[in-house]
Amino acid sequence: MQVDKTLDCIGLYCPMPIVKTAQAINSLEPGQVLEVLADDPGIKSDMPAWAGKTGNEFLGFEEESGEIKVWVRKGGG
Amino acid sequence: MAEQENMTLIVFSGDLDKALAAFNLANSGASMGMKVDMFFTFWGLSVIEKGGLEKGKKSPMQYMMGLMNRGGADRRKLSKMNMGGMGTHTMKGLMKRFHMLSLADSIALAKEQGVRFLACTTSMAIMGLEEKDFIDAVDEYVGAATYLSLATEAKVNLFI
Repeated sequence: MQVDKTLDCIGLYCPMPIVKTAQAINSLEPGQVLEVLADDPGIKSDMPAWAGKTGNEFLGFEEESGEIKVWVRKGGG
Repeated sequence: MAEQENMTLIVFSGDLDKALAAFNLANSGASMGMKVDMFFTFWGLSVIEKGGLEKGKKSPMQYMMGLMNRGGADRRKLSKMNMGGMGTHTMKGLMKRFHMLSLADSIALAKEQGVRFLACTTSMAIMGLEEKDFIDAVDEYVGAATYLSLATEAKVNLFI
């Protein structure tokens, strides 16, 4: 997957990964992909919930030894 | 984009833990594109007070009450395990270690995200507080009818 921007939220807890995601997505064009790195497991449920409410597309996540990578495609394109 | 959704929170408590919970929800909601209004009433007013010692228009009794419960975000205490301030101090230390926002930072973030702060004028009168006793972030000084008209337009209404 082509990632257009990566946001490091390692060590941050709710609500900061979502707050920072909302800020970061503003700098992308519709259709571009934001990758978020996190280690708060709440992100696995929070990111699809956030995307569903904000018109962005949750593309899935991968988890490896406590580090979670989440992808979101900016909507509106 | 989904239709604009609204949330209101009544911040009744002046406890640190409860105020943090309220601001976490407000900040999450704002990040989700919601319009968020926070109505501060009774002890909750202390969260958005500057916390000065001016007597202002307070009666001696109101002034004494204010001294016993100094306003200001940085003076809020845990609702449990305060232990003369030790518990609150420990919790603040833990929050810092885990890179969590302080209450003052959460308030600043909420403002940055466009969350609106409303202060209850009736509670202000009981406590002898004036507009100048509050942080600049307060948008309006209102009564219950204003809150209710906002709440009827919102899907999420919380009392904390």
